[in-house]
Amino acid sequence: METLAHLWPPVRLTLELASITTLTLLVIATPLAWWLAHSKAKGKEIVATIVSLPMVLPPTVLGFYILIAIGPDGPGGWVASLWGARTLAFTFTGLVIGSVIAALPTVVQPIRNAFQAVGDRPLEAAATLRASPWQAFWRVALPLASPGFLSGAVLGFSHTVGNFGVVLMIGGNIPGRTRVMSTAIFDYVETMRWQEANILAGGMVVFAFVVILSMILIEKRFAGARV
Amino acid sequence: MSEANRIRAEFHNVLGNFTLNAAFEVPARGITALFGPSGCGKTTVLRCIAGLIRVKDGYFDIDGEIWQDPDQTFIPTYRRPLGYVFQEASLFPHLSVRRNLLFGAPPEKPADRPAIDFDEVVDLLGIRPLLDRSPRNLSGGERQRVGIGRALLTQPKLLLMDEPLSALDRKTKGEILPFIEELRDHFSLPIFYITHDIAEIERLADNMVLLDKGHLVACARLSELQSDPSSPLATSREAAVTLRGVVTACDPKFGLSSVSVPGAVLIAPPPPATGAIGEPRRLRVLASDVSLAREKPARSSILNVLPARVVAMKALDGYEVLAVVALGEQGDGARLLSRMTLKSWTELGLAEGQNVFAQVKYVSLNAGRGTDTPTHPVK
Amino acid sequence: MKVRMISAAFGLLLAALAAPAQAGQTHVAVAANFNEPAREIAELFKKKTGHKAILITGASGAFYTQITHGAPFEVFLSADEERPRLAIENGFAVPDSRFTYAIGKLVLWSRVVDVTNGEEALKTGNFRKLSIANPASAPYGAAAVETMKALGVWDAIERKLVQGNSIAQAFQFIDTRNAELGFIALAQLYGVKGGTRWIVPEKLHSAIRQDAVLLKKGADHEVSKAFLAFLRGPEARAVIERFGYGIE
Repeated sequence: METLAHLWPPVRLTLELASITTLTLLVIATPLAWWLAHSKAKGKEIVATIVSLPMVLPPTVLGFYILIAIGPDGPGGWVASLWGARTLAFTFTGLVIGSVIAALPTVVQPIRNAFQAVGDRPLEAAATLRASPWQAFWRVALPLASPGFLSGAVLGFSHTVGNFGVVLMIGGNIPGRTRVMSTAIFDYVETMRWQEANILAGGMVVFAFVVILSMILIEKRFAGARV
Repeated sequence: MSEANRIRAEFHNVLGNFTLNAAFEVPARGITALFGPSGCGKTTVLRCIAGLIRVKDGYFDIDGEIWQDPDQTFIPTYRRPLGYVFQEASLFPHLSVRRNLLFGAPPEKPADRPAIDFDEVVDLLGIRPLLDRSPRNLSGGERQRVGIGRALLTQPKLLLMDEPLSALDRKTKGEILPFIEELRDHFSLPIFYITHDIAEIERLADNMVLLDKGHLVACARLSELQSDPSSPLATSREAAVTLRGVVTACDPKFGLSSVSVPGAVLIAPPPPATGAIGEPRRLRVLASDVSLAREKPARSSILNVLPARVVAMKALDGYEVLAVVALGEQGDGARLLSRMTLKSWTELGLAEGQNVFAQVKYVSLNAGRGTDTPTHPVK
Repeated sequence: MKVRMISAAFGLLLAALAAPAQAGQTHVAVAANFNEPAREIAELFKKKTGHKAILITGASGAFYTQITHGAPFEVFLSADEERPRLAIENGFAVPDSRFTYAIGKLVLWSRVVDVTNGEEALKTGNFRKLSIANPASAPYGAAAVETMKALGVWDAIERKLVQGNSIAQAFQFIDTRNAELGFIALAQLYGVKGGTRWIVPEKLHSAIRQDAVLLKKGADHEVSKAFLAFLRGPEARAVIERFGYGIE
């Protein structure tokens, strides 16, 4: 079936986008979530609210602001000029930036909650056991908060796979470059190509189901102690 | 800076509504109990010593090693050579007991003091069967023992224990107390021990720091505080003294032992385990179990009738009197408390400086490792 | 006294209930590019007849899909002629109700490059990204492709294309300067200042007929019919021309 061959690029792009976005978010969200969990600074909840904004704004609005930010009039344009481009829009990098911003709250929240659930006592205990703050983080806080990381990863990944509004706004739907599954499906629906739309949509559902289920099962197994 | 072999602590701070104002100095040996009513600041002081609370105006040094001073120095908690035992063990649930124990163990043994060995600790605390289990499946007593072991294996110079037994039931407490006694006797490690249970203090402590509402009330050797009529310990209804003695003889026929304390030899049940002659033992004598006589009673069922001298007296509420007597004809031995009616004191014509006979009705002997012996009358 | 108050209240209630019976409303799906003129026309319609035309703006392709799945629109103003024709053919619209309400004018616009001489700007190719609406679903996009092929620049420009899913998005790409230039509807530049423009000669692409049609849901609906009639009337046509469309 030749239809299937040209369905692969959006799938591949979606997987790449979701994976890179999730990994990036885990790296960015961790120190942010840590700070939110432990800081006693006064502006803390203001920062928390700003972090949650992408969840509240309609995706097209969010996408619009990101479009300006990554364009030649915004910081993205400056970054792009470092390698001679005018803008980060219509690039995979632009999509990653957009997806990271859009999924940030869904990753920060569970990690923050996990750190808060760990609390201060294990870290104090670690300090009395000769662990520097960095060691306490790696050897105690991180393992104890791992369910939160798993949740965050699952949520971030699935959020990005399903991300439509933002991707649409800043991607330009370029085949092979920024045409991901969500926008490809939209395209097929718009142009009444039902079969292709169904194949992609069905595939998305199955895939998301498998990913989430396996992560939940991993989390359950991981809940036992390491000996 | 304090002299060698001493610990000095000074913390002045206002934390919220609570003002902490404590300064004391104790020997860097044995168990120092921190005692006082709820909210008096004992845990705060301990956390300050640990560096978990950072006080702007604080000083701490142990045997010449300064951990913090008001000017510049503040060694963070993880660089202080201390061990900390929390009230609820706080073991790491994601690690096995063995990994918990070894969590803070340094790669090299300390150069300036005897090393605390893994197997030694495991056997002492009786936790070998638990090594490969998860902390989630342990009982409260088991967890606390692992917590103590974990703190010890960091090769500390000072062990801090925050009410380590108060979350446990009576039976478990009774099982773990001997371990802590062993700690005191086995490792030459100073221990700061918080408790609100006077019985634990009598059993374990060598020195005592008394706190109230964030302020230092007293800091002295336990025996001094117990027999100081101006201290709340002495005037309480359950006032007692702890005597440290050495077993000199056993009498298996009557199930008794002789324990020598400064100024006298006391007879106490039950007989110690074989081979206990020469071993140290602690005795506890309640003030209400000691009566005084001007002459030695001719024949009395009370076995312990000891020459002593009245050294102090304090009138109490309710027509009662507290007398402090020092054992020995010269009055230079260990001190006992005696609580009697005002009428007795007056009609006997007792006064400070007088020689008397102290009749000790009940002696409680702490038998070291094993369960605590119940109070027995020795008449 | 009490009776008087009750009858007064009752009378008020009747009056309130009666009012909607006289002023009706209709749901009109409007192609994104026609949004601005549609709003003015709806205002005029209300002033003249008292009826309210509720406008829903969006992509014609999405509208068509919704209509075939029972969307509650009564009137459809498409960006092309194809979808209204399909709607009638597939039984979702009233036959003989279709007419061209506007003829679209394609314009090349830029905030970055000087496109006053559009043909030259396209041939020189001094840009990295050119924005058009998705040609598969938007007639302006298809017309843009025709234009570029007619000018012989299609091969060179094809890989520089970025597609907006709608004409509005194509506009946004150019407006935010992420695409240096692009093809949009002249009507979208109404009131927009800045940049340079080149109105594409009509001979370079097939006519962009924007057709309106009465949907089955509005078949017996007087207000809907009235709106379509108004759309063909002189007041509406004046507005349509002013916004940069042609009329038949």
